[in-house]
Amino acid sequence: MHDQIRNELREFIGDNYLFGDHDRLPEDEASLLEEGIVDSTGILELIEFLEDHFGIVVGESETVFENLGSVGGLTRFVASKTLAGQTVG
Amino acid sequence: MCGICGVVVLDGPPPDRELVTRMIGRLRHRGPDGSGLYRDDHAALGHTRLAIIDTEGGAQPLSNEDETLWISFNGEIFNYVELGEELRRCGHRFRTASDTEVVVHAWEEWGEQCFTRFNGQWALALWDSREQRLVLSRDRLGVRPLFFTRDRHRIAFASEVKALMADPALPRAFDPIGLDEVLTYWSTVAPRTVFAGIEQLEPGHVAVLDRDGFRRHPYWSIDFPDRDTEPGQDIETNAAELRERLVEAARLRFVRSDVPVGAYLSGGIDSSITAAVIARYTEAPLHTFSLRFTDAEFDEGVHQQKMVAELGAQHEEITVSPADVAEVFPEVVRHTETPVLRTAPAPLFLLSRLVRDNGYKVVVTGEGADEVLGGYDIFREGRVRAFWARDPGSATRDRAVELLYPWMERNPGTAPAFARSFFGQDLDADDPAISHRPRWASTSAVKAMLSPDLRAELDRGPDVVSRMPSGSDAWDPLSRAQWLEMTTLLPGYILSSQGDRMLMGNSVEGRFPFLDKEVVELANRLPARHKLCGLDEKHLLKIAFEDLVPEQIRRRPKQPYRSPDTASFFRGTPPEWLTEVTSPEALAAAGVFAPRPVAGLLAKAARTGGVRAGNTDNMRLLAVVSTQLLHQQLVVDAGSASDDAPPAPMTVIDRVQHVRSTA
Repeated sequence: MHDQIRNELREFIGDNYLFGDHDRLPEDEASLLEEGIVDSTGILELIEFLEDHFGIVVGESETVFENLGSVGGLTRFVASKTLAGQTVG
Repeated sequence: MCGICGVVVLDGPPPDRELVTRMIGRLRHRGPDGSGLYRDDHAALGHTRLAIIDTEGGAQPLSNEDETLWISFNGEIFNYVELGEELRRCGHRFRTASDTEVVVHAWEEWGEQCFTRFNGQWALALWDSREQRLVLSRDRLGVRPLFFTRDRHRIAFASEVKALMADPALPRAFDPIGLDEVLTYWSTVAPRTVFAGIEQLEPGHVAVLDRDGFRRHPYWSIDFPDRDTEPGQDIETNAAELRERLVEAARLRFVRSDVPVGAYLSGGIDSSITAAVIARYTEAPLHTFSLRFTDAEFDEGVHQQKMVAELGAQHEEITVSPADVAEVFPEVVRHTETPVLRTAPAPLFLLSRLVRDNGYKVVVTGEGADEVLGGYDIFREGRVRAFWARDPGSATRDRAVELLYPWMERNPGTAPAFARSFFGQDLDADDPAISHRPRWASTSAVKAMLSPDLRAELDRGPDVVSRMPSGSDAWDPLSRAQWLEMTTLLPGYILSSQGDRMLMGNSVEGRFPFLDKEVVELANRLPARHKLCGLDEKHLLKIAFEDLVPEQIRRRPKQPYRSPDTASFFRGTPPEWLTEVTSPEALAAAGVFAPRPVAGLLAKAARTGGVRAGNTDNMRLLAVVSTQLLHQQLVVDAGSASDDAPPAPMTVIDRVQHVRSTA
């Protein structure tokens, strides 16, 4: 499941922030912020994507760098949320 | 207020009269009331006139008594009455009642020292035919523009680049470093422009071309006292002095005109103060003009109405829709003559049109208050970052970030932890540009879209920090942030792309009391905490005018002036011209942006309609659209003959062909 989430995230970031220039996709643990890929307003697009695409709800306390700041962090965050959702559901 | 241009050739045949005539024609919008040309064997000066002071007698180019010294002048010297009296006492005789003639005699009397005495806004050229010396000068903060292109013995100068481009021999190309500066600081840093081989005179500078060559130097510079050595520490005394100087500055800008003067009213504190001062301290009838938006996010109508009711002024307003912005944008870029990262100049172009259509040639605005008196969010940002940098491990200091940007629909409070990472980048307490790094970093993200060829030329990146004055490390951090702002954005964007160019595009002169010499010199020596008190911006200004501006306006959180960006072009079908200038062929011809990311960006804009577009995407789109328009208008298109007719009546004094005529 991790791989699928990771790929979908990479595709979104590549299309939405890099306009198809997938060569510029950073390493999984590199900071999207420091690489200049996502800015403080662009992060809200990312949150909207997570909510729409993965059907999760991102709480305010969860908008931390560990969860949203890198492809790796995002993958783990989405996986844990969807897993939690399945458990509840 | 006017347009100036000219060519000086020290070695070679006389300047081409046809060329200078075409240059004058391209400045028609800056001075539709008439034009003039002077030529001798080495110099040709051109002028287009917007008649404001001595509307009968002030035709230009104008000379001294024996016609050895000629001037082409754009601007106003607001203390010309006082200077004229002083010069009369020194024995000078005047033929006109214009401020231009005061400049000529002031130059004769005081030489270069005359500029330090002027309180005003100007760009001028003086030609001393006896010495064969050209002198160019520009006001302290860059209100009026002055561009030139030169080699060792020839110079061509003009108020706008399009007049220089009237010379078909001039190479037309972008300057990669100029573009890099715009995509970092939002503007080039003078003397650079975005065009290769075209420079602008730095604000506060004099340039001279004569037999000894070309040289330039500052007659004034932006300066601040060392921290904690500011002369006046009492806040009440400073507030009283600020009020006195601002009242005088606004009054001078209202009464020193032979045509009626209007006032902009934005709904913010700055223009409210200038309008209120005029209502209280002058006899002049007050006519105010406001900009409104169909989009509630940008509209300040409630506050404007409050102030209009308070002042009892005659009031006009224009309501701007996203479609209006898109429609006028190509014409806007034709006047900015630089890429812009916001559409914000466009509504101001429509506002100055409203002013002109109401029969006004002059408006007073609140421009400059934020730079001079500490109003910008970037100053608050700088203070928060500095506070945090002194104790980066603190669990509470970084929360201060959430206080920033309460006005923004998507403000850092919405994703606070992420905002902390954003504002926590490059946190170095000793960095003189600590205030500006986040802006520069987020703007620089646009450069990822540049074509590989252009990126290859940008190995070093622009560096305004190394130009900060020696000794600025002893200034307050706020002063350093103000210096950066007054060196980059103020002259390069606020006073030009949003100021002079949008006003003069409709033949309207702007006057800015907050940029008065006496106001600036007082403001720059105030303690920083009087300007930005904690995070309360323009603190002293609010105290100084407590009685003139209602609480609602004084205490409202600052709302930066903005207008719809991507949404202006993509809410419906994008305009045809946009599709044209962003086509793969047009992109390849300009060579600035790589076609693939541009296609991705345009597809995203079309998909979202620009709804809730992020800051970076808005800047990306505007950078591409405005750069491509500029390429089409100033690099590809040489201009048509219909652009080039000088406004009548035209006065010609041609000593080469022995002609003196007015037609």
